[in-house]
Amino acid sequence: MKTNLFDYRERDNLIFNLSGLSKLICFICMSVAVMLSYDIRYILFVTVLSLLFFRISELRFGQIRLMLIYVAIFLAINFILTFLFSPLYGTELYGTRHDLLRITSRYVITQEQLLYQVTKTCKYLSMVPLGMLFLLTTNPSEFAASLNRAFVPYKVCCVLSLTLRYFPDIIRDYHSISLAQQSRGLDFSKKEKLFTRVKNMFNVLLPLILSTLDRVTVVSNAMDLRGFGKEKKRTWYVAKPLVGKDIAAIALGIAILAGSIYMTNVVNGSRFWNPFIA
Amino acid sequence: MEKKKLFSFNTKTLVATALGAALFTVLFMYIKIPTGIPETEIQTAYGVGGFFAALFGPLAGFLIQFIGHAISDSVQYGSAWWSWVIASGVEGFIVGLSFTKLKVEEGVFDSKGIIYFNVIQVIANAFSWILLAPILDIVIYSEPANLVFTQGAVAALSNAVSTGVIGTILLLIYSRTRSKSGSLSRED
Repeated sequence: MKTNLFDYRERDNLIFNLSGLSKLICFICMSVAVMLSYDIRYILFVTVLSLLFFRISELRFGQIRLMLIYVAIFLAINFILTFLFSPLYGTELYGTRHDLLRITSRYVITQEQLLYQVTKTCKYLSMVPLGMLFLLTTNPSEFAASLNRAFVPYKVCCVLSLTLRYFPDIIRDYHSISLAQQSRGLDFSKKEKLFTRVKNMFNVLLPLILSTLDRVTVVSNAMDLRGFGKEKKRTWYVAKPLVGKDIAAIALGIAILAGSIYMTNVVNGSRFWNPFIA
Repeated sequence: MEKKKLFSFNTKTLVATALGAALFTVLFMYIKIPTGIPETEIQTAYGVGGFFAALFGPLAGFLIQFIGHAISDSVQYGSAWWSWVIASGVEGFIVGLSFTKLKVEEGVFDSKGIIYFNVIQVIANAFSWILLAPILDIVIYSEPANLVFTQGAVAALSNAVSTGVIGTILLLIYSRTRSKSGSLSRED
Protein backbone atom coordinates (compact mmCIF):
# COMPACT_ATOMS: atom_id res chain seq x y z
CA MET A 1 0.00 0.00 0.00
CA LYS A 2 2.39 2.64 -1.15
CA THR A 3 0.97 6.02 -1.70
CA ASN A 4 2.14 8.21 -4.49
CA LEU A 5 -0.22 10.97 -3.62
CA PHE A 6 0.91 14.39 -4.71
CA ASP A 7 3.77 12.75 -6.40
CA TYR A 8 4.91 16.18 -7.35
CA ARG A 9 7.87 16.27 -9.68
CA GLU A 10 9.00 19.53 -11.10
CA ARG A 11 8.90 19.74 -14.87
CA ASP A 12 9.52 22.59 -17.21
CA ASN A 13 6.47 23.10 -19.38
CA LEU A 14 3.60 25.49 -19.81
CA ILE A 15 1.22 23.89 -17.30
CA PHE A 16 3.82 23.45 -14.56
CA ASN A 17 5.06 26.99 -14.93
CA LEU A 18 1.65 28.58 -14.52
CA SER A 19 1.09 30.06 -11.10
CA GLY A 20 -0.96 27.98 -8.65
CA LEU A 21 -3.56 30.73 -8.49
CA SER A 22 -4.31 30.68 -12.22
CA LYS A 23 -4.45 26.87 -12.21
CA LEU A 24 -6.85 26.97 -9.27
CA ILE A 25 -9.11 29.47 -11.04
CA CYS A 26 -9.04 27.40 -14.24
CA PHE A 27 -9.80 24.24 -12.30
CA ILE A 28 -12.74 25.81 -10.49
CA CYS A 29 -14.13 27.45 -13.64
CA MET A 30 -13.88 24.30 -15.74
CA SER A 31 -15.34 22.01 -13.08
CA VAL A 32 -18.21 24.40 -12.36
CA ALA A 33 -18.82 24.62 -16.11
CA VAL A 34 -19.09 20.83 -16.32
CA MET A 35 -21.10 20.56 -13.11
CA LEU A 36 -23.61 23.13 -14.33
CA SER A 37 -24.21 21.76 -17.79
CA TYR A 38 -26.11 18.65 -18.82
CA ASP A 39 -25.27 19.25 -22.46
CA ILE A 40 -23.18 16.31 -23.60
CA ARG A 41 -21.71 18.31 -26.49
CA TYR A 42 -20.29 20.96 -24.19
CA ILE A 43 -19.10 18.38 -21.67
CA LEU A 44 -17.22 16.51 -24.39
CA PHE A 45 -15.72 19.82 -25.55
CA VAL A 46 -14.38 20.53 -22.05
CA THR A 47 -13.16 16.93 -21.76
CA VAL A 48 -11.20 17.21 -25.00
CA LEU A 49 -9.71 20.49 -23.81
CA SER A 50 -8.64 18.99 -20.50
CA LEU A 51 -7.13 15.96 -22.24
CA LEU A 52 -5.22 18.38 -24.43
CA PHE A 53 -3.89 20.18 -21.34
CA PHE A 54 -3.03 16.80 -19.88
CA ARG A 55 -0.97 16.12 -22.98
CA ILE A 56 0.81 19.46 -22.73
CA SER A 57 1.63 18.86 -19.07
CA GLU A 58 3.58 15.67 -20.00
CA LEU A 59 2.03 13.73 -17.12
CA ARG A 60 2.21 10.00 -17.63
CA PHE A 61 -0.95 7.96 -17.98
CA GLY A 62 0.45 5.48 -15.44
CA GLN A 63 0.11 8.15 -12.76
CA ILE A 64 -3.67 8.15 -13.04
CA ARG A 65 -4.37 4.56 -14.12
CA LEU A 66 -5.27 3.28 -10.66
CA MET A 67 -7.51 6.25 -10.15
CA LEU A 68 -9.32 5.62 -13.42
CA ILE A 69 -10.04 2.05 -12.30
CA TYR A 70 -11.59 3.34 -9.06
CA VAL A 71 -13.63 5.87 -10.97
CA ALA A 72 -14.80 3.24 -13.45
CA ILE A 73 -16.02 0.98 -10.62
CA PHE A 74 -17.72 3.88 -8.91
CA LEU A 75 -19.39 5.05 -12.12
CA ALA A 76 -20.54 1.53 -13.01
CA ILE A 77 -22.23 1.18 -9.62
CA ASN A 78 -23.80 4.60 -9.94
CA PHE A 79 -24.98 3.77 -13.47
CA ILE A 80 -26.68 0.55 -12.36
CA LEU A 81 -28.16 2.04 -9.18
CA THR A 82 -29.59 5.01 -11.06
CA PHE A 83 -31.35 2.67 -13.45
CA LEU A 84 -32.60 0.40 -10.66
CA PHE A 85 -33.97 3.26 -8.60
CA SER A 86 -35.30 5.53 -11.33
CA PRO A 87 -35.53 3.77 -14.69
CA LEU A 88 -37.75 6.51 -16.12
CA TYR A 89 -36.06 9.57 -14.59
CA GLY A 90 -34.80 10.59 -18.04
CA THR A 91 -38.31 10.78 -19.48
CA GLU A 92 -39.30 12.98 -16.56
CA LEU A 93 -36.37 15.32 -17.22
CA TYR A 94 -36.77 15.57 -20.98
CA GLY A 95 -40.56 15.37 -21.10
CA THR A 96 -40.77 12.85 -23.93
CA ARG A 97 -40.58 9.07 -24.14
CA HIS A 98 -38.97 6.91 -26.81
CA ASP A 99 -38.85 3.26 -25.78
CA LEU A 100 -35.93 1.15 -26.91
CA LEU A 101 -36.23 -2.09 -25.00
CA ARG A 102 -38.89 -3.33 -22.62
CA ILE A 103 -37.63 -5.57 -19.80
CA THR A 104 -40.57 -5.46 -17.36
CA SER A 105 -43.35 -2.94 -17.00
CA ARG A 106 -41.18 -0.90 -14.59
CA TYR A 107 -37.85 -1.32 -16.31
CA VAL A 108 -38.00 0.07 -19.80
CA ILE A 109 -34.87 1.36 -21.47
CA THR A 110 -35.69 4.66 -23.11
CA GLN A 111 -33.58 6.95 -25.27
CA GLU A 112 -34.06 9.72 -22.72
CA GLN A 113 -32.78 7.62 -19.82
CA LEU A 114 -29.81 6.52 -21.90
CA LEU A 115 -28.90 10.09 -22.80
CA TYR A 116 -29.28 11.22 -19.18
CA GLN A 117 -27.11 8.43 -17.81
CA VAL A 118 -24.44 8.67 -20.49
CA THR A 119 -24.27 12.45 -19.99
CA LYS A 120 -23.95 11.99 -16.26
CA THR A 121 -21.17 9.44 -16.68
CA CYS A 122 -19.29 11.77 -19.06
CA LYS A 123 -19.73 14.58 -16.56
CA TYR A 124 -17.95 12.66 -13.82
CA LEU A 125 -15.37 11.20 -16.16
CA SER A 126 -14.38 14.60 -17.50
CA MET A 127 -13.57 15.77 -13.97
CA VAL A 128 -10.80 13.18 -13.54
CA PRO A 129 -8.15 14.67 -15.83
CA LEU A 130 -9.05 18.14 -14.53
CA GLY A 131 -8.53 17.25 -10.89
CA MET A 132 -5.38 15.29 -11.62
CA LEU A 133 -3.97 18.04 -13.74
CA PHE A 134 -4.38 20.46 -10.89
CA LEU A 135 -3.14 18.16 -8.11
CA LEU A 136 -0.13 16.72 -9.88
CA THR A 137 1.21 19.91 -11.42
CA THR A 138 0.91 22.22 -8.42
CA ASN A 139 3.55 22.43 -5.75
CA PRO A 140 1.66 21.79 -2.47
CA SER A 141 3.20 24.79 -0.70
CA GLU A 142 2.49 27.03 -3.62
CA PHE A 143 -1.09 25.75 -3.58
CA ALA A 144 -1.54 27.17 -0.06
CA ALA A 145 -0.02 30.45 -1.15
CA SER A 146 -2.32 30.69 -4.15
CA LEU A 147 -5.40 29.92 -2.06
CA ASN A 148 -4.43 32.81 0.19
CA ARG A 149 -4.38 35.12 -2.78
CA ALA A 150 -7.85 33.89 -3.69
CA PHE A 151 -9.02 35.52 -0.44
CA VAL A 152 -9.06 32.36 1.69
CA PRO A 153 -7.89 33.33 5.23
CA TYR A 154 -4.21 32.49 5.68
CA LYS A 155 -4.84 30.29 8.71
CA VAL A 156 -7.01 28.03 6.58
CA CYS A 157 -4.25 27.93 3.95
CA CYS A 158 -1.75 26.94 6.61
CA VAL A 159 -4.08 24.16 7.76
CA LEU A 160 -4.15 22.83 4.22
CA SER A 161 -0.41 22.99 3.67
CA LEU A 162 0.24 21.33 7.05
CA THR A 163 -2.28 18.62 6.17
CA LEU A 164 -0.49 17.89 2.92
CA ARG A 165 2.85 17.98 4.71
CA TYR A 166 1.86 15.51 7.46
CA PHE A 167 -0.31 13.18 5.41
CA PRO A 168 2.61 10.91 4.37
CA ASP A 169 3.93 10.89 7.95
CA ILE A 170 0.62 9.71 9.31
CA ILE A 171 0.35 7.00 6.68
CA ARG A 172 3.81 5.82 7.71
CA ASP A 173 2.80 5.87 11.39
CA TYR A 174 -0.33 3.94 10.55
CA HIS A 175 1.66 1.24 8.75
CA SER A 176 4.24 0.85 11.47
CA ILE A 177 1.62 0.67 14.25
CA SER A 178 -0.42 -1.78 12.24
CA LEU A 179 2.62 -3.99 11.55
CA ALA A 180 3.71 -3.80 15.20
CA GLN A 181 0.27 -4.93 16.35
CA GLN A 182 0.20 -7.71 13.78
CA SER A 183 3.56 -8.96 14.97
CA ARG A 184 1.97 -9.19 18.42
CA GLY A 185 -0.61 -11.52 16.94
CA LEU A 186 -3.57 -9.26 16.18
CA ASP A 187 -5.37 -10.31 13.04
CA PHE A 188 -7.01 -7.76 10.74
CA SER A 189 -7.94 -10.18 7.96
CA LYS A 190 -11.28 -11.73 7.20
CA LYS A 191 -10.36 -14.90 9.12
CA GLU A 192 -11.09 -13.17 12.42
CA LYS A 193 -14.61 -12.64 13.72
CA LEU A 194 -16.05 -9.20 13.06
CA PHE A 195 -16.18 -8.10 16.68
CA THR A 196 -12.58 -9.13 17.37
CA ARG A 197 -11.50 -7.40 14.19
CA VAL A 198 -13.15 -4.17 15.31
CA LYS A 199 -11.45 -4.50 18.67
CA ASN A 200 -8.12 -5.08 16.94
CA MET A 201 -8.72 -2.01 14.83
CA PHE A 202 -9.03 0.03 18.00
CA ASN A 203 -5.59 -1.18 19.01
CA VAL A 204 -4.22 0.55 15.92
CA LEU A 205 -6.47 3.58 16.07
CA LEU A 206 -5.66 4.54 19.63
CA PRO A 207 -1.84 4.74 19.42
CA LEU A 208 -2.25 6.53 16.10
CA ILE A 209 -4.50 9.19 17.61
CA LEU A 210 -2.46 9.65 20.76
CA SER A 211 0.77 10.00 18.78
CA THR A 212 -0.97 12.49 16.50
CA LEU A 213 -2.09 14.54 19.51
CA ASP A 214 1.49 14.49 20.82
CA ARG A 215 2.69 15.76 17.50
CA VAL A 216 0.07 18.52 17.60
CA THR A 217 1.60 19.81 20.82
CA VAL A 218 5.14 19.69 19.44
CA VAL A 219 4.31 21.41 16.15
CA SER A 220 2.06 24.06 17.65
CA ASN A 221 4.63 24.92 20.32
CA ALA A 222 7.30 25.25 17.63
CA MET A 223 5.04 27.55 15.62
CA ASP A 224 4.09 29.64 18.65
CA LEU A 225 7.73 30.05 19.61
CA ARG A 226 8.43 31.43 16.16
CA GLY A 227 5.63 33.97 16.55
CA PHE A 228 3.12 32.39 14.20
CA GLY A 229 -0.26 34.07 14.00
CA LYS A 230 0.75 37.36 15.57
CA GLU A 231 -0.03 39.40 12.47
CA LYS A 232 -3.16 39.73 10.38
CA LYS A 233 -1.33 38.90 7.16
CA ARG A 234 1.62 36.82 6.12
CA THR A 235 3.79 36.50 3.07
CA TRP A 236 4.59 33.33 1.17
CA TYR A 237 8.03 32.17 0.19
CA VAL A 238 6.85 30.17 -2.82
CA ALA A 239 4.21 32.53 -4.23
CA LYS A 240 4.72 33.21 -7.94
CA PRO A 241 3.74 36.59 -9.38
CA LEU A 242 1.16 36.54 -12.17
CA VAL A 243 2.59 37.02 -15.66
CA GLY A 244 1.09 37.20 -19.15
CA LYS A 245 0.39 33.50 -19.60
CA ASP A 246 -1.37 33.38 -16.21
CA ILE A 247 -3.72 36.14 -17.28
CA ALA A 248 -4.35 34.23 -20.53
CA ALA A 249 -5.07 31.03 -18.62
CA ILE A 250 -7.46 32.78 -16.24
CA ALA A 251 -9.21 34.40 -19.21
CA LEU A 252 -9.57 30.99 -20.87
CA GLY A 253 -11.02 29.45 -17.70
CA ILE A 254 -13.55 32.25 -17.34
CA ALA A 255 -14.43 31.97 -21.05
CA ILE A 256 -15.16 28.25 -20.64
CA LEU A 257 -17.39 28.95 -17.65
CA ALA A 258 -19.13 31.75 -19.54
CA GLY A 259 -19.62 29.36 -22.47
CA SER A 260 -21.33 26.87 -20.19
CA ILE A 261 -23.61 29.57 -18.78
CA TYR A 262 -24.35 30.78 -22.33
CA MET A 263 -25.27 27.24 -23.43
CA THR A 264 -27.50 26.81 -20.39
CA ASN A 265 -29.33 30.10 -20.58
CA VAL A 266 -29.42 31.02 -24.24
CA VAL A 267 -28.91 27.96 -26.46
CA ASN A 268 -30.69 25.28 -24.43
CA GLY A 269 -32.88 27.37 -22.13
CA SER A 270 -32.19 24.93 -19.28
CA ARG A 271 -29.34 22.80 -17.92
CA PHE A 272 -30.36 19.98 -20.22
CA TRP A 273 -29.68 19.71 -23.92
CA ASN A 274 -32.93 18.31 -25.24
CA PRO A 275 -32.67 16.73 -28.71
CA PHE A 276 -36.07 15.06 -28.30
CA ILE A 277 -38.09 18.21 -28.79
CA ALA A 278 -36.71 19.46 -32.05
CA MET B 1 -8.44 27.60 32.81
CA GLU B 2 -9.67 30.21 30.35
CA LYS B 3 -13.21 29.96 29.09
CA LYS B 4 -13.63 28.20 25.74
CA LYS B 5 -14.66 30.45 22.90
CA LEU B 6 -16.70 28.80 20.17
CA PHE B 7 -14.83 30.28 17.23
CA SER B 8 -11.33 30.95 18.55
CA PHE B 9 -8.66 29.62 16.25
CA ASN B 10 -5.26 29.68 17.92
CA THR B 11 -2.10 27.91 16.80
CA LYS B 12 -2.92 24.72 18.66
CA THR B 13 -6.38 24.51 17.10
CA LEU B 14 -4.82 25.20 13.72
CA VAL B 15 -2.24 22.41 13.98
CA ALA B 16 -4.78 20.01 15.48
CA THR B 17 -7.08 20.77 12.55
CA ALA B 18 -4.31 20.14 10.04
CA LEU B 19 -3.16 16.86 11.55
CA GLY B 20 -6.76 15.85 12.23
CA ALA B 21 -7.54 16.34 8.56
CA ALA B 22 -4.52 14.24 7.57
CA LEU B 23 -5.61 11.52 10.01
CA PHE B 24 -9.17 11.72 8.70
CA THR B 25 -7.90 11.26 5.14
CA VAL B 26 -5.81 8.22 6.06
CA LEU B 27 -8.68 6.56 7.94
CA PHE B 28 -11.15 7.46 5.22
CA MET B 29 -9.02 5.61 2.71
CA TYR B 30 -7.76 2.65 4.71
CA ILE B 31 -9.70 1.79 7.88
CA LYS B 32 -13.29 0.83 7.18
CA ILE B 33 -15.43 -1.63 9.07
CA PRO B 34 -17.40 -3.97 6.82
CA THR B 35 -21.07 -4.32 7.74
CA GLY B 36 -21.84 -7.40 5.70
CA ILE B 37 -23.84 -5.40 3.15
CA PRO B 38 -21.75 -4.92 0.00
CA GLU B 39 -20.51 -1.37 -0.75
CA THR B 40 -21.64 -0.25 2.68
CA GLU B 41 -18.88 0.19 5.16
CA ILE B 42 -18.73 2.04 8.43
CA GLN B 43 -16.21 4.84 8.08
CA THR B 44 -14.07 5.00 11.22
CA ALA B 45 -12.94 8.41 9.98
CA TYR B 46 -16.21 10.01 11.16
CA GLY B 47 -15.64 8.71 14.67
CA VAL B 48 -12.21 10.31 14.76
CA GLY B 49 -13.52 13.47 13.07
CA GLY B 50 -16.18 13.75 15.76
CA PHE B 51 -13.56 13.21 18.46
CA PHE B 52 -11.41 16.06 17.13
CA ALA B 53 -14.46 18.28 16.66
CA ALA B 54 -15.51 17.75 20.29
CA LEU B 55 -11.98 18.60 21.44
CA PHE B 56 -11.25 21.58 19.20
CA GLY B 57 -14.56 23.12 18.18
CA PRO B 58 -16.77 23.73 15.16
CA LEU B 59 -14.24 25.42 12.85
CA ALA B 60 -11.78 22.59 13.39
CA GLY B 61 -14.57 20.05 12.88
CA PHE B 62 -15.66 21.66 9.65
CA LEU B 63 -12.17 21.98 8.18
CA ILE B 64 -11.04 18.50 9.25
CA GLN B 65 -13.94 16.75 7.57
CA PHE B 66 -14.15 19.10 4.58
CA ILE B 67 -10.43 18.96 3.74
CA GLY B 68 -10.09 15.29 4.69
CA HIS B 69 -13.01 14.22 2.55
CA ALA B 70 -11.96 16.43 -0.37
CA ILE B 71 -8.38 15.11 -0.36
CA SER B 72 -9.30 11.44 -0.06
CA ASP B 73 -11.88 11.82 -2.83
CA SER B 74 -9.36 13.58 -5.04
CA VAL B 75 -6.74 10.94 -4.41
CA GLN B 76 -9.05 8.02 -5.06
CA TYR B 77 -11.33 9.40 -7.75
CA GLY B 78 -9.39 12.29 -9.24
CA SER B 79 -11.88 14.88 -8.15
CA ALA B 80 -14.13 15.52 -5.20
CA TRP B 81 -17.84 14.72 -4.96
CA TRP B 82 -18.61 18.23 -3.75
CA SER B 83 -22.11 17.71 -2.38
CA TRP B 84 -20.90 15.04 0.04
CA VAL B 85 -17.72 16.92 0.87
CA ILE B 86 -19.78 19.94 1.93
CA ALA B 87 -22.14 17.70 3.92
CA SER B 88 -19.12 16.16 5.67
CA GLY B 89 -17.87 19.60 6.63
CA VAL B 90 -21.25 20.70 7.97
CA GLU B 91 -21.54 17.50 10.00
CA GLY B 92 -18.15 18.23 11.60
CA PHE B 93 -19.21 21.81 12.29
CA ILE B 94 -22.40 20.79 14.11
CA VAL B 95 -20.62 18.10 16.16
CA GLY B 96 -18.02 20.74 17.05
CA LEU B 97 -20.72 22.90 18.62
CA SER B 98 -20.69 20.46 21.54
CA PHE B 99 -17.19 21.53 22.48
CA THR B 100 -17.96 24.49 24.75
CA LYS B 101 -20.04 22.35 27.12
CA LEU B 102 -17.69 19.36 27.21
CA LYS B 103 -14.76 19.22 29.61
CA VAL B 104 -12.80 16.35 28.10
CA GLU B 105 -9.49 18.27 28.22
CA GLU B 106 -9.98 18.62 31.98
CA GLY B 107 -10.51 14.88 32.33
CA VAL B 108 -14.28 14.95 32.77
CA PHE B 109 -16.49 12.97 30.43
CA ASP B 110 -19.38 11.60 32.49
CA SER B 111 -22.75 10.23 31.44
CA LYS B 112 -24.11 13.76 31.03
CA GLY B 113 -21.29 14.57 28.60
CA ILE B 114 -21.81 11.31 26.73
CA ILE B 115 -25.52 11.98 26.26
CA TYR B 116 -24.89 15.60 25.24
CA PHE B 117 -22.24 14.61 22.68
CA ASN B 118 -24.41 11.86 21.21
CA VAL B 119 -27.55 13.96 20.93
CA ILE B 120 -25.60 16.57 19.00
CA GLN B 121 -23.88 14.05 16.75
CA VAL B 122 -27.17 12.33 15.87
CA ILE B 123 -28.68 15.71 14.96
CA ALA B 124 -25.56 16.54 12.93
CA ASN B 125 -25.60 13.26 11.00
CA ALA B 126 -29.33 13.33 10.37
CA PHE B 127 -29.21 16.91 9.09
CA SER B 128 -26.13 16.44 6.89
CA TRP B 129 -26.84 13.08 5.32
CA ILE B 130 -30.62 12.82 5.22
CA LEU B 131 -31.24 16.45 4.28
CA LEU B 132 -28.20 18.36 3.05
CA ALA B 133 -26.26 15.80 0.99
CA PRO B 134 -29.23 14.55 -1.08
CA ILE B 135 -30.50 18.08 -1.73
CA LEU B 136 -27.06 19.19 -2.91
CA ASP B 137 -26.85 16.04 -5.05
CA ILE B 138 -30.09 16.97 -6.74
CA VAL B 139 -29.19 20.65 -7.15
CA ILE B 140 -25.59 20.17 -8.31
CA TYR B 141 -25.69 16.82 -10.09
CA SER B 142 -29.42 16.28 -10.91
CA GLU B 143 -29.35 12.82 -9.40
CA PRO B 144 -32.72 11.03 -9.05
CA ALA B 145 -34.32 11.87 -5.70
CA ASN B 146 -35.22 8.40 -4.41
CA LEU B 147 -31.68 7.10 -5.04
CA VAL B 148 -29.90 9.92 -3.22
CA PHE B 149 -32.30 9.92 -0.29
CA THR B 150 -31.77 6.17 0.17
CA GLN B 151 -28.00 6.62 -0.01
CA GLY B 152 -28.30 9.53 2.44
CA ALA B 153 -30.27 7.50 4.96
CA VAL B 154 -27.74 4.65 4.84
CA ALA B 155 -24.87 7.11 5.26
CA ALA B 156 -26.62 8.86 8.16
CA LEU B 157 -27.09 5.58 9.99
CA SER B 158 -23.55 4.27 9.47
CA ASN B 159 -21.88 7.60 10.22
CA ALA B 160 -23.99 8.11 13.35
CA VAL B 161 -22.94 4.64 14.54
CA SER B 162 -19.31 5.48 13.77
CA THR B 163 -19.37 8.86 15.51
CA GLY B 164 -21.46 7.54 18.40
CA VAL B 165 -19.46 4.42 19.15
CA ILE B 166 -15.91 5.29 18.11
CA GLY B 167 -16.17 8.99 19.02
CA THR B 168 -17.59 8.26 22.45
CA ILE B 169 -15.05 5.53 23.25
CA LEU B 170 -12.15 7.73 22.11
CA LEU B 171 -13.40 10.67 24.20
CA LEU B 172 -13.77 8.38 27.23
CA ILE B 173 -10.27 6.96 26.88
CA TYR B 174 -8.75 10.35 26.18
CA SER B 175 -10.48 11.96 29.18
CA ARG B 176 -8.86 9.30 31.40
CA THR B 177 -5.40 10.26 30.16
CA ARG B 178 -5.96 13.87 31.26
CA SER B 179 -5.50 14.79 34.88
CA LYS B 180 -8.59 16.30 36.46
CA SER B 181 -8.28 19.91 37.52
CA GLY B 182 -8.09 20.10 41.28
CA SER B 183 -7.09 16.46 41.53
CA LEU B 184 -4.07 17.33 43.65
CA SER B 185 -4.57 18.01 47.32
CA ARG B 186 -2.20 19.56 49.80
CA GLU B 187 -0.67 17.11 52.23
CA ASP B 188 -1.42 17.88 55.86
